[in-house]
Amino acid sequence: MLKRRESRLLDLFTVGLAGDEATYARFLTELATMLRGYFRHRLPQQAGDVEDLVQEVLLAVHNARHTYLPGQPLTAWVYAIARYKLADHFRAYARHGALSEPLDAAQDVLAAPDLEPAQAKRDLNLLLDQLPDRQRLPIVHVKLEGLSVSEAAQMTGMSESAVKVGVHRGLKALAAKIRGTR
Amino acid sequence: MKTDDLISMLATGVPPVDRHVVSRRFGIAVATGAALAILLVAMTLHVRADLADVAVTPLFWAKVALPLSLLLGALWMATRLARPGMPIGACWPGVTAPFAAVWLGALYVITQTPAGERAAAVLGQTWRVCPFNIAVLSVPAFIAVFWALRGLAPTRLRLAGAVGGLLSGAVATLAYCLHCPEMGVAFWGVWYVLGMLVPTAIGAMLGPRLLRW
Repeated sequence: MLKRRESRLLDLFTVGLAGDEATYARFLTELATMLRGYFRHRLPQQAGDVEDLVQEVLLAVHNARHTYLPGQPLTAWVYAIARYKLADHFRAYARHGALSEPLDAAQDVLAAPDLEPAQAKRDLNLLLDQLPDRQRLPIVHVKLEGLSVSEAAQMTGMSESAVKVGVHRGLKALAAKIRGTR
Repeated sequence: MKTDDLISMLATGVPPVDRHVVSRRFGIAVATGAALAILLVAMTLHVRADLADVAVTPLFWAKVALPLSLLLGALWMATRLARPGMPIGACWPGVTAPFAAVWLGALYVITQTPAGERAAAVLGQTWRVCPFNIAVLSVPAFIAVFWALRGLAPTRLRLAGAVGGLLSGAVATLAYCLHCPEMGVAFWGVWYVLGMLVPTAIGAMLGPRLLRW
């Protein structure tokens, strides 16, 4: 069972690393399922943080994918990253009492312009202005203007993976601002 | 953001991954660090005048062997620490055996030295400046090695910082061999080691802060 998962994940990952988008997305989806189980088991009291951690690790796996050594057990590599992010989570939890807010809240705000377009847009801009450029610009270009990640990267001069990180971290920060926690 | 949205964002426009990033980053770091350290030796300390003469003696190469073996051991360990989930147990002899060897050699030399001259054998002529010089020479390599590590994915930050520091110390000591006139094993066993432990300790201290990702 474990062996099968390892070899299946590895196949998807290897093809994905070569630049096959669909396979890479399937790898990340299966990985997310696996990580959800891992974190649920370790954070039974903090169910709300599980999805957050899953996303954090997916992002970390994506950004560190060049450090996987061919031949190394893929699950060992993934779990080392998951453990590292979990330790980070416990440290932050000990400091703040609670980790960041679920990201869905930010998504709702970005969807809000349907209801009261002008008002919501002004509020959103106010919030966006508080973000650093590396998070604000990716959100404006990708999430509001609907550009692709690579177009946004070209426009801002950032790397594509920096744009992706910016969108993710920026939405997270927005959610926290909306709740007034930061 | 929903996890599915994150996944589709991450998977869009992924370029094929470069397999040699780890070795390339460390290669650049060690080469840059060594070049700058040698340049510093040549400009501020001067290369020892009798280098060509001592370069043919086995004792000179025994001296070079200490930082060189530590450089290789630390480099190997650092490249493994830069990848998540790599066991590093087999790396420990690489970064400890050179110390053990130089201390055994030093002990032997000391026992062969008459009691009255032992202190002089350990202190040499330059013990006051040696660790300081090595620590200063390690600065460029230290910055370069931390740059290399920051682009990778160490998960044991304090250890990665320490080994990165040791690597920069070994690079610096290797360059310092071009200048240092000391030819006593006991001297190397104390002052070279001390000089290399300075960046090692600083690396262990700064690792958790500088290498977080």
